[in-house]
Amino acid sequence: MSVDTATVAKIASLARIKVSEGELEAMVPELNGILAWVEQLGEVDVTGIEPMTAVIPNTLRLRDDVIDADPLTGGGKRDAVLANAPAAEHGFFGVPKVIE
Amino acid sequence: MTDITELGVAAIRDGVAKGDFTAVEVAEAFNANVAAAQDALNAFIVATPEKAVEAAKAIDARRAKGEALGKMGGVPIGMKDLFATHGVQTTAASHILEGFTPEYESTVSQKLWDAGAGMLGKLNLDQFAMGSSNETSYFGNVISPWKRNDGGNAPLAPGGSSGGSSAAVSARLCPAATGTDTGGSIRQPAAFTGITGIKPTYGRCSRWGVVAFASSLDQAGPMARDTRDCAIMLEAMAGFDPKDATSLDMPVPEWEANLSADMKGKKVGIPREYRMDGMDEDVLKSWDQGIAWLKEAGAEIVDISLPHTKYALPAYYIIAPAEASSNLARYDGVRYGLRDLPDGANLQDMYAATRAAGFGAEVKRRILIGTYVLSAGFYDAYYTQAQKVRTLISHDFKNAFTECDVILAPTAPSAAFGLGENVDDPLKMYLNDVFAVPASLAGLPAMSVPAGLNREGLPLGLQVIGKAFDEQGVLNAGLAIEQRAGFAAKPDKWW
Repeated sequence: MSVDTATVAKIASLARIKVSEGELEAMVPELNGILAWVEQLGEVDVTGIEPMTAVIPNTLRLRDDVIDADPLTGGGKRDAVLANAPAAEHGFFGVPKVIE
Repeated sequence: MTDITELGVAAIRDGVAKGDFTAVEVAEAFNANVAAAQDALNAFIVATPEKAVEAAKAIDARRAKGEALGKMGGVPIGMKDLFATHGVQTTAASHILEGFTPEYESTVSQKLWDAGAGMLGKLNLDQFAMGSSNETSYFGNVISPWKRNDGGNAPLAPGGSSGGSSAAVSARLCPAATGTDTGGSIRQPAAFTGITGIKPTYGRCSRWGVVAFASSLDQAGPMARDTRDCAIMLEAMAGFDPKDATSLDMPVPEWEANLSADMKGKKVGIPREYRMDGMDEDVLKSWDQGIAWLKEAGAEIVDISLPHTKYALPAYYIIAPAEASSNLARYDGVRYGLRDLPDGANLQDMYAATRAAGFGAEVKRRILIGTYVLSAGFYDAYYTQAQKVRTLISHDFKNAFTECDVILAPTAPSAAFGLGENVDDPLKMYLNDVFAVPASLAGLPAMSVPAGLNREGLPLGLQVIGKAFDEQGVLNAGLAIEQRAGFAAKPDKWW
């Protein structure tokens, strides 16, 4: 499988990365080089093999259903959460208008 | 008195405890080395000399009161700038996180401070840990302190992604540093700079507060001058963390106390598939030398097979970008980091412009590959297939470990290369990790130990891979190599 300019433009749009025409042209052969190389995985017989889900067997834990069980990751951290926002206004994240 | 900056973790810890020197003297000596090398090596993104001194003062005060000083008491370290540090800029060497000042501390760095370590600064790396030469950092390349012995002056790569860590430890800017390893990012830079580094079993070190690249692979570990120092620092870094869903709920073994270079009764596997066509002669020679050393240490050498080795790298370059594309979706110009809002732009335009301006070329490349292999219609052919191959790679190791206790292989296919030599061809760069990636895909502990110098006078590393949870076996084999290699070479100070 190989990608063309239109496909790369589509992927970039899905990934929310703006790319110029020139960048697009440069990326097509690069991505095709990588994709052609990973294609060799197709020759591996994987009949009956489950895809990996966890490299080290582990069980998923549930924490106790308690408010602020860990004060560090609990609630009441509005100012800390907003501290690095490029635009924080009135205790909220500021974004360009999304509703006309 | 000996130059304090020639000392490693154990010697500093013991010297401070005994009163041979104060922790403040240690911190100031390393602070001076950090400052003197910054222009030439660019190993740090931010230096924090005041933090190092502050931690050292606390240690000296504790000693004066007769209190215990901790596993890393009085040892100043470098912190890879992938670990969130409270109040100190954390960038992952990216523009998109430039100026990001965490409101919290990563679990691993907190554990190190709790163990008595102090921070010399935040170390440069490949952007979002994506790279093998530290040439993708937004804050400039790290220059290796090593030079070829050909009289030329070509600047060399310190390896990547933990290139600031490797350069800083080998140049004596810090006795040890944190690294992270997704597909070789601790081991390959350690090999390139003649230092020691271990990636523990996946889940040993908490990922909480570590900027995510590929979450099923990312694992933190120590980079230091020798095996003992790595064992000490790994004890301080490891441990169960309820804030990381994949953290191992197991006690941390006493790796330092149980170090033993006696390999009697141990079997060392030599994977025949790692002997590849056109391999560097010096790398092959050092591998053979490593085999001889382990035999001398009492080990039995066995030939083993890891049949899916050649598929590890392509599988990695599907899985890691896929996870990266998902993890890096969080950089949206809303919650933290850079925002690029062109005139009249809507929210979607803002996302796209922010991410275009904030990510470097290699990061974009990997996000696009990841987005593609996860997209509808291609998911099974690429991603599911890669995860099945990953299962097979893991099975290969399980089978091999029925016949041996540890595996010995080269760390990287070559010694350090020159800056700029591999940047035009992403695939050529990716091949650097051909021997490192299989253990990453299987979540196994693996370390790199310096084995000697090649004909150009550059360090070569040997890799020891162990069973899951058997860091001790890995460290012990590493120690056996270290004792016989007697690696004492260090870069001539030109900076």
